[in-house]
Amino acid sequence: MADLPAPAPAVNPETKPFWDATTEGRLVLRRCTGCQGVIWYPRAICPDCWSTGTEWFDASGRGTVYSYTVNHKGEGPYRDAGPYVLAYVELDEGPRIMTNILTDDFAAVEIGRGVEVAFSPTTDGAAALPRFRLR
Amino acid sequence: MSVRGRAQIAGAYEHPERKIPGKSVAQVHAEVALGALADAGLSMGDVDGYFCAGDAPGFGPLSMAEYLGLDNLSYLDSTETGGSSYVIHVGHAAAAIAAGKCRVALITLAGLPRTQGLDRGRGGSPESGFESPFGPTTVSMYALAARRHMYEYGTTSAQLAEIKVAASHHASFNPNALLPREVTVAEVLDSPMISDPLRRLDCCVITDGGGALVVVAPEVARDLPRRTVTVLGHGEAPKHAMNGHVDLTFTGAKWSGPRAFEEAGVTVADIDYASIYDSFTITVLETIEDLGFCKKGDGGHFVSDGALWAPGGALPFNTDGGGLCNNHPSSRGGMTKVIEAVRQLRGEAHPQVQVPDCEIALAHGTGGSLATRMGSATLILGRED
Repeated sequence: MADLPAPAPAVNPETKPFWDATTEGRLVLRRCTGCQGVIWYPRAICPDCWSTGTEWFDASGRGTVYSYTVNHKGEGPYRDAGPYVLAYVELDEGPRIMTNILTDDFAAVEIGRGVEVAFSPTTDGAAALPRFRLR
Repeated sequence: MSVRGRAQIAGAYEHPERKIPGKSVAQVHAEVALGALADAGLSMGDVDGYFCAGDAPGFGPLSMAEYLGLDNLSYLDSTETGGSSYVIHVGHAAAAIAAGKCRVALITLAGLPRTQGLDRGRGGSPESGFESPFGPTTVSMYALAARRHMYEYGTTSAQLAEIKVAASHHASFNPNALLPREVTVAEVLDSPMISDPLRRLDCCVITDGGGALVVVAPEVARDLPRRTVTVLGHGEAPKHAMNGHVDLTFTGAKWSGPRAFEEAGVTVADIDYASIYDSFTITVLETIEDLGFCKKGDGGHFVSDGALWAPGGALPFNTDGGGLCNNHPSSRGGMTKVIEAVRQLRGEAHPQVQVPDCEIALAHGTGGSLATRMGSATLILGRED
């Protein structure tokens, strides 16, 4: 399939470790050391119990499709990308995260389908976008 | 403290144009402000409360107060929840009036996206790094919700199309509507796919324009020449991604609705007319379920039985043609939702779609996305007798 655009994410001190890990091919998540809940998107405070004791851990990189759309009308960096799959993937660790499904076979994408992470280095090389392939 | 009966909508004005080259955004704010105040029988000098949202240029209420020459302001509110802002503003205005903070509240909306293009900037938000690189668009965010709703409840594209068909029937009576032609389910299904499963005709229009409302204290309303409309209840609620556990099948209406119904002391069975935010067909479907007009998941069947058609349907909706066919000024539809509800309660909707003896109306706003990072607002209004 044609390569999807890989625009650089906005990175701040709170999220830099997440993006640094992606350049090493690792998907990391933030976990609360108080309630043990997984936090998404990564942040320094647990939005469930409001503890500021949080830590990174390596995720499996596997999940299932929660919802998806084939978008025919991209904007910005995606304006000329052609149709692409925007999706929420439910990671095995729980969080539903926004991502793309990398496939030319749009008909094969369905809710509940198993996927695994595949990183796309961003144009500036400072991060890699966690996208997913069908498995 | 309840706001029930503590404030009246005295003026409502929708800008008649849908494409406005050669004017500034502030200028259109001023035009709709003058329109609503004239409708109420009041003037700029009477205004002591001013409400606007993110569409207001510059420094929001400060820039606009200066531009409009509002010199007697004792109360400001620039609550920004996207398209639902103005529904919230009515509730906040009623609360401010009930608390004695102001007596004549002016709410304005204006924008020029048809002329100047859409502006989508939220780059500095904490979530943006984890979403925008993947290419979400407004339509695709709603499409994700539609896809999941279809998966869980068997909702079909043809059922969603029925919502557009009903709106287009109503728009056919509105000479100002951008899309005044009635469409069929087949035409909706044949329109180009934008973000699967949403097609072009599942989407609202993009229009320049705006609208304004004037909310006043009952003692002010008593001296005005026109019929005013009573604020009976208001509810608002944000809904967000819930720490990675986003559920795309319901909206914040599940929470804003009961708050408004409780304050108003009425139930869904009492609603004669409803303005339901309709950025996309799926927006209407999820909202009417969440407000309790039908069971969760039954929205597809509900809308397929002609329920949304005025004047005779079970739930006559968006009799101006709504955002789907008439007007969605500045890509923010909450203002026009309230305006058409006021028209229905005054008996001033088009005769072909006026609900007979319309005594209680609901106006619902949806801001931001659908079912995630969104602001829901429900307003219940009553005819003053």
